[in-house]
Parts: sequence; C-alpha cells; structure tokens
Amino acid sequence: MAEVSRRPYVREMGWRWIFRHPRYVRYMLREFSCLFIGGYTLIMVWGLKELAQGPGAWQAFLEWLRSPASVAFHVLALGFALYHSSTWFNLTPKALPIPYISGAHYAGWAAVSLAVLYFAGVF
Amino acid sequence: MIQLEVLRYNPETDAEPRMQRYEVPYREDWVVLDALNHVKENLDPTLSYRWSCHMAVCGSCGMMINGEPRLACKSFLREYRGVIRVEPLAHFPIERDLVTVMDDFMGKLARVKPYLIPKHEKPLAEGEYRQTPAELKKFKQYSMCINCMLCYAACPEYGLIPNYIGPAAIALAHRYNQDSRDGGRAERQEEIAATEGAWDCSFVGACSEVCPEHVDPAGAIQQVKIKSTLDWYKEHLMPWLK
Amino acid sequence: MARSNKPIVWGPFAAGGTLTAFLTPVLIALTLLAALGRPPEVLGYERLHALVHNPFFKLGLAGVIGLSLWSAAHRLRITAYDLGLRADTPVAAVLYAATLACTGVAIYYLLRI
Repeated sequence: MAEVSRRPYVREMGWRWIFRHPRYVRYMLREFSCLFIGGYTLIMVWGLKELAQGPGAWQAFLEWLRSPASVAFHVLALGFALYHSSTWFNLTPKALPIPYISGAHYAGWAAVSLAVLYFAGVF
Repeated sequence: MIQLEVLRYNPETDAEPRMQRYEVPYREDWVVLDALNHVKENLDPTLSYRWSCHMAVCGSCGMMINGEPRLACKSFLREYRGVIRVEPLAHFPIERDLVTVMDDFMGKLARVKPYLIPKHEKPLAEGEYRQTPAELKKFKQYSMCINCMLCYAACPEYGLIPNYIGPAAIALAHRYNQDSRDGGRAERQEEIAATEGAWDCSFVGACSEVCPEHVDPAGAIQQVKIKSTLDWYKEHLMPWLK
Repeated sequence: MARSNKPIVWGPFAAGGTLTAFLTPVLIALTLLAALGRPPEVLGYERLHALVHNPFFKLGLAGVIGLSLWSAAHRLRITAYDLGLRADTPVAAVLYAATLACTGVAIYYLLRI
C-alpha cells in the first residue's frame, strides 16, 4: 500500500489573535491596565520628589495635577484601575477556592476605600 | 439549506490550505457534525475529520466553528446565522483537512504522570482506599476532562509558546495531586512547576470558558502557581523545614 | 524539566496585584479630586509633609510604590510577549531593573522628607 507523505501545515499566530474574540480584547484591556497603574505610581514618585523639595515645588505639582493632560490621565487611570480591581477580585476564587472570598474582597475594598477617603478628609 | 465553508488541505497536492463551500440541508436538530457527515456521505467523500461518540463524551470532534473552539457534535446548526466556517483546532499543525497533529498534546499528558503514585505501598490485606465525599470533591471536577483539546485551541499562550505544557495537562496533574490516595506531587512538580508548566500561563481564562466539561483548568493552574510559590519560598527562605 | 525560579518574580507580582486592586482606585480618586480643583485636606503641604515624615508611613509608602511598580512591570513583560516581542529575557531584565531603580528613587526622596 502506498505511503501517504505527511506535510503538516503550521498556522502562524501573529498578534492579531487579540481581536479574534471579545474575551481576548478584554484580556488585553486587563493587561493594559498595568500601564496606567504603573504610570500613576510614577506620578506618585514624582509627587514625593516635589514634596521633598518644599512647599513651592509641591504647589507647582498640585497645579500640574489640574492640567488637562493630568485630568485625562486620571480619568483613564481610574477606569483601568477599577477594571483591574474587578477582574482581580472576580478571578481570586479560582486561585483560592474559599467560600465567599470574592464578596469578602469587594467588602474589604469598599472598607479600605472609605477609610482612606475619610482619613484624607474628603468627608 | 445552509452553507458550510470548510478548510481543506491535502499535504500531497496543496501548498497551503484553502476554503471549500458545501451546501447542506438545514435541520432543526442537526449539529455541525451531522452536516459534515452529510458532506462526506453525499457530496465529497475526500473530506477528513475525526469524530466518534456524537454525544460530547469522547472529545474527538473538536474544531474551530466560526473561529471558536467547539465540539462539532455539540454545535447546533440553529445556533448560527449565515455561512458556518469550519476549521481545524487552532494552535495545532494541520495533518489533513480538519485533522490536526495531536502528538504534542499526547506527549504532554503522559509527562505529568497521570496515575496514582501512592505514598506507601499498601498490601492487599490492608483493604481498599477509602475516601469521603469531601475528599472526592477536591479532585472530581479535574477528572472530567475528555481530552478534546479545545482549551489548547483557546489558549493564546499555547499558540505563542509551543513548549507550554498547557491547560489540560496541568489540570490532569492537579487532579492527581488533589487525590487523597496520591503521594506523587513532588514528581509532578518537576513538570508543572517548570517554566513550561504553570508559569507560561498568564491567566487569560479562555481555556475554562471553552471547556465542555467545566473542568476549569484555569483555576487548577492558578492553584498550582500558588502552591508552587509557597513551596519555593519555604524551600529557599526556610530550608531547615523538610 | 526543573522547577522554575519564576516564584521570585511572581510572588511580588501577586502581592502587588492584590495591593493595587485594593488601594490604587482610591489613591487615584484623591489626586483626581485635586485635579478637579477640590484637593482633599491630606494633600495640603503641611498635612502631607507631616504624614509622610512618619517613618512607618515611609516604610508603607515604599512598599506600596515598590509592589505597585513591580506588578505593573511583570504584566507589561507578559503583554510585550503576547504582542510579538519575543525577546523575553532582555525585556524582563529592563523592566525589573527599571522597577528597582524607580523604587530606589522613591526611597531616596522619602528619606529626604
């Protein structure tokens, strides 16, 4: 009997796979949150630098915060940070299958957020 | 009538795959596998594909249906609108038409030592292993895998990193690690705690989304990551603990 | 196959990811309020300087900054690979080194406050 010659065909992956299905888009958005969280943390470091350099420098920093670029960044960063938080809390039960752990995380998050806002003097 | 657009590839005559259209009857109770069988029996006997049980328990008929890894026997024609695109499972080399090369998957399953490795030799006289329902619950869902490879087709990391051991293999290792009768975790760690083991996973979660048996390999992999991390820090920071 | 040393970088990533999940949104909210012209009391120079001057607060802040940057760097490393940048080792080295450097800068200024 004749041997069938094999020549398996390998399909290339590329980078467009991220658009193949909404779940991959959502995954990429989740991963991209790192740019905003990292970026915000760097702004915090910059703020520390200005704080260390005295009241004048700190005032300049607060003024920069009011710039349109800063406002835009903050809005985006907040959105992405919230997306990171919710995806993290929703995935936690898979890694740590403890009853009510997701709910406990959301509750803890609310508690921490309210505590910080209170001690910051927001209300 | 309904149209299927099916990937065709003949390694002896084709330089690369092409798509071929078939018109098949539309029946309310037909699945894509029925449509493929109709093609093979009536229109084109050269079409090659794997299938067996036709009831979503054997795992043979995994394919990309409209770009999503599905079991062909569980995908009803009535779920779809327009032309139905049928391609071989992603991330595997194409052998012919809808048939993929499975060797990599089979090798990886075997590498995780998917069998009970008891802690001590237990003579027959000592009787059977007894397990409580709670002990069974710890590993039962991971034992439901039908080796259909949909998770590998869904996992972008497996597509990007061919050496990645993959969701089903890790879930299978986890099934044995979680079994109270087993004592072989240390041996399996050599495979699943390697870089090509759980660490190539970036928790996309697609594997668990497409799994027809709700095994949740993504959950298994994250649990392996956490246990492996705790092991690592214990071993390196507290080496006196054995 | 040998057991990987990935836990060295994954442990801080998991810790940082959890920390940022709990803390970053409210921190952004504080400076967002400032950005919108209603800075919370804590962002006044005197109040903030006194708060940061506390050594325990400095330690905490250094930890928050370090872990936040680390988890972002680790995720960026993986994202780079996902998008086609396959030179994982140099990318990782650059990102983790940058994280340590930026954390070092933060600690430098913390010590000056």
